[in-house]
Order: sequence, then C-alpha cells, then structure tokens
Amino acid sequence: MAIVPNPHGTTGFLGWIDDRFPLTKMWRDHVSEYFAPKNFNFWYFFGSLAMLVLANQLITGIFLTMHYKPSALEAFGSVEYIMRDVPWGWLIRYMHSTGASAFFVVVYLHMFRGLLYGSYRKPRELVWIFGMMIFLALMAEAFMGYVLPWGNMSYWGAQVIISLFGAIPGIGPDLVQWIRGDYLISDATLNRFFALHVIAVPLVLVGLVVAHLMALHEVGSNNPDGVDIKKNKDENGIPKDGIPFHPYYTVKDIMGVVGFAIIFCSVLFFAPEMGGYFLEKPNFTPANPLVTPPHIAPVWYFTPFYSVLRAITYPLFGIDAKFWGVIGMGASVVIIAFLPWLDRSPVKSIRYKGPIFKAALAIFVVAFVVLGYMGFEPATPVNTRIAQVASVIYFAFFLLMPWYTKIDKTKPVPERVTMDH
Amino acid sequence: MSDTGAVDLDKRRFLTNSTAVIGGIGAAAAAVPFLASWKPSARAEAAGAPVEVDLSKLQPGERITIEWRGKPVWVLRRTPETLSALNQDDAKVLDPESAEPMQPEYAQNQHRSINPEFLVLVGLCTHLGCVPVYQPEVTADWNGGFYCPCHGSRFDLAGRVYKSVPAPLNLEVPPYHFVADNRLLIGLDGGAA
Repeated sequence: MAIVPNPHGTTGFLGWIDDRFPLTKMWRDHVSEYFAPKNFNFWYFFGSLAMLVLANQLITGIFLTMHYKPSALEAFGSVEYIMRDVPWGWLIRYMHSTGASAFFVVVYLHMFRGLLYGSYRKPRELVWIFGMMIFLALMAEAFMGYVLPWGNMSYWGAQVIISLFGAIPGIGPDLVQWIRGDYLISDATLNRFFALHVIAVPLVLVGLVVAHLMALHEVGSNNPDGVDIKKNKDENGIPKDGIPFHPYYTVKDIMGVVGFAIIFCSVLFFAPEMGGYFLEKPNFTPANPLVTPPHIAPVWYFTPFYSVLRAITYPLFGIDAKFWGVIGMGASVVIIAFLPWLDRSPVKSIRYKGPIFKAALAIFVVAFVVLGYMGFEPATPVNTRIAQVASVIYFAFFLLMPWYTKIDKTKPVPERVTMDH
Repeated sequence: MSDTGAVDLDKRRFLTNSTAVIGGIGAAAAAVPFLASWKPSARAEAAGAPVEVDLSKLQPGERITIEWRGKPVWVLRRTPETLSALNQDDAKVLDPESAEPMQPEYAQNQHRSINPEFLVLVGLCTHLGCVPVYQPEVTADWNGGFYCPCHGSRFDLAGRVYKSVPAPLNLEVPPYHFVADNRLLIGLDGGAA
C-alpha cells in the first residue's frame, strides 16, 4: 500500500503540515482513534506510569549530569555536592534515585498484569519480547546507575556483578578485565559506565519503548477478559467494545498518575532511602577497594534473581557451581520471554483459567517474594536451602506450564468483554 | 549489463554478495578499535608495577594487607601450629594439593608458598571478588582461616577453599619472590624460585 499524504484531508496550516508530515495521521492512529477495549481496570495504569517514570529519569538524569563528575576521585564528592550545595539538587537527585525503584515497581506490576490476563499470547508475542528487552535494558541501566555515586556498595556491587562474567569458561577472566578496563574496578570502569548509563542504554531503552508501542498498536491492546475486540466491529469498522484512547484513557491514566504521584512524593519527601532498601547504607561511605562491606546485598529489584544465583551450590557436568549460578540467574530472567510459547491454555485471561493455573500463579508469586527476601539475607545453610526450594518452584512454574495449562479446566470465554468486575 | 539489455542475474548476485561480504568485513574491522579501547590503558598497565614489602616487623600470626594493582594482597606470617593444622584441613578442603592453576608453580604445595612461614595471597574471594575476613581464632571445627561475608565461602590458612561453599577455587597466590630474607617483591616471579 502506497503512502498517501494527508489521508484525512485537513486544510489550512495543519493541512500544510499534513501534506508533508503525517501529524494528524499519527495522532489519530495512535491516540484519538486508537480503539482500546472499554474494560481496562486498575492493572492497566502501569504502562503509562512506566512511560511517566522514564520521562522523570530522563529529565532528572540530564540535570544530574550537569553537576556530577564521572571520575573515581570526584564522583562521590560531586554527589554530596549535588545533595548539599546545588540549589534543589537534593530534590533532583532523590527524584532520580526514587524514580529508579519506582520504575521497577511499575514494571513488575505491568509484567504481572501480562501474566494475569495472558497479554503475551498470540498475536502479542513481539509486544512481550520487546517488553522483556526493555526489562533487560532497564536492569543494565539501573546497575550502572547504582555504580555512579561511587559509594562502597556501588563499588562492591559492581565487583560482584562484573565478576559474574568471569564464570564463563575460557574467556571469563579476560572478559572481566575488558569490561573493567583495568585490573580492578577503577576510574576507567566508572567512566565507561557513566557513558553507557547516560547515552547508550537510554537510547536503546527509548528505541525499545517505541518498538513496544508500535507492536502493541499494530495488534491492539488485550483486556482483562482476554477477548479479541476486533471480532465484533460496527458498520464503521470500529470494535463495538473499543473506545478511543483519547479522551477516555488519557483521562483514566491521568487519574492513575495522580494516585502514583501521591505515593511517589510520599517516598521522595519522607523516605527517599526507604530504610536502606532504595539507597543502601554502605553507599554513604566512599568506595574502598580494600574493604568489602560486611554484608553485600543488591538493591531490592535485583534480589529475586540474585537469590537464584546464590541458590546454585552444586557443580554439574564437571563445571563448577559458580558458572551454573550465573546460568541460573540469566535463565530466570530470560525464561519469562518464552511465556507466549509455554502457556498452552485455550483461554488468555485468568478470569477463565482453571484452578491449577490460579494455584500455580499464587505459588509462583510467593516463591518470587521469598527469593526477593532471601536476596537481602546472609547465605546461611538454612537460607540457602529455602532459596533453593523457591528457585525450583520459580522454574517449575515456567517449565511445567505447557502441561498444567493444557489439562486445566477452563471456563467458557464470553463473546464480548464484561464490565461487572 | 550486456548490449542486448538482458540482466545477468548471476553476475548481479555475485556482485551483491561480494559487496555485502567485503562491506561486512570492513564494518567488523572498524569495530575493532572501539572494542579494543575498552582494554586496560597504557597508564593502567603501568600502574600494575610490582610492590616491595618489608617483613621484618611482621609478628607470628599477624597479617598485613598491601595494595598491588589496586587489589588487596595479604602477607600472613604463620606459626608452626598453624602449619601443622593444615594437615587436619586436608580432608575438608576441595583442592588440598593445589591442582588448579591458582598459584605460580613454586607455590603449588600444601602450604601454598615459597617459605612455609609466609603466606602471600590475593585477598579476593574466588566466588565473586569480595574481601574475605581473617579469622585466626581456633574453635572445635575451625583451625583459623578466612571467611567471606558476602556468600559464606571459607578458606583455610593456606587460602584453600573448603568443600560445599560457593567459591570454586583456592585463593589466588600472586607472583612474588624474596629479594632478601625479610624483603618480598609482589608482582614479579623471581629467578630464585
């Protein structure tokens, strides 16, 4: 199909633009005539909130770079300088650090929504995969951002995470040295992490968000019933259960933003460190390559995967446990991307799924929270055993899914979306 | 194209493929300088020079920490009791005879050193690089050693890793030699090994 300039036939100044650039077309395709199912609920706030937090991170981040110094000698001091001497610097910095945790809160809830309503199922596989790539980029972004204040937890967190690559047989040690750019975590490491954190990864992240939305708008949004609204269209070809994104969902999302802002600002102004969970206590002392903090725990959003890393303590096939720990941690993230092909249920939404899936999902959530909690705790034998059990449950949820979703007793899915929930 | 106007598809395919291959090789070659720029710089390499240590003031049982290439290097002066306890540890550790290449050849023995009295180790856990804590106090099932607070790995007083801990390897012994009885040079193999 050839591109027709100005398909909506606008005139005047807007027409002049539309003859040359698809302004009206894009607005209608993606906003005012993007028909979303009318039965969106609470869980549908988090996509737009994730975009809001991304904007917050980009804007506050740009302003932080104006005062931050990416050098091992000056980084820690420059962050203190931002906090104490730069007018409103404390606010911008806390908006950025609280925003990092908020990003993961909304993204985890956004992903859980997908799990509830089968939003990853055909034809939304690529929406899901782009989403998982965003999640990976976000983890890289958050990790490198945490290194920049050059506190002692920044330093040793980086040491632990970069050492993970050393577990790769053969090339491991050389790869670690290449990433660090030195024989240890040093100025070179900090400087390149700064470049990646402020330019490279954000570019990738924004590009992936565009791809995520393009894929979504190509196939249309799923909904809490998992009903395909495109099957029921009126004489104008508009889904009977669809409503235009603007004004209906822009207004709804603003409502979500208000609720989110209340919680966000409460944390921002009253508990920006969140008792050591958002900003860890050892990070208020400068990086010291000769002294490890007595207890190293990652920031809360990494702890579930970190627990999987620590849970694997047995060598396998003649390769040591460290390597399998790294593989286990990587697999625990990557396996989520395969959900579209693991879920074989005839229905999408949990509303019509049977008791086995509901129980499996509940147990999975418990296992995920337990893993998250264990990631903070010291690795005692008891804790390790608990983390091992939770890791097995975590993987079983995914790996057994093709079977238990098939034998599960599902309920019939209605023709049209329901509004009484 | 020939004079008749017919397109020679074989020739076109050959030209397209060879252009793609040569162009791809060129792009890969152009990536090399960027990837190589991440390697340690000349300045970082120069900063990795050997360090000399004076051992004359080191008391038996005492451990000192020296910085070499930015890493903590420990020198521990072991007592005869400590050395004899290594025999008891043999059964508890993963690699009692240091079969894995975590030390120069001259330290590949039970006590993992040139002179049994002086143990030289890189003080970074072989699991994920934390700094283990020196715990010399002897208890019923502990002959003294190093405990890593990050993930609970344990090492004996020869830096040998215990079985069933996350760390897979013994602590690394850096290259070193004695320049005099009481002077140690860390970072360089000596001819006198």
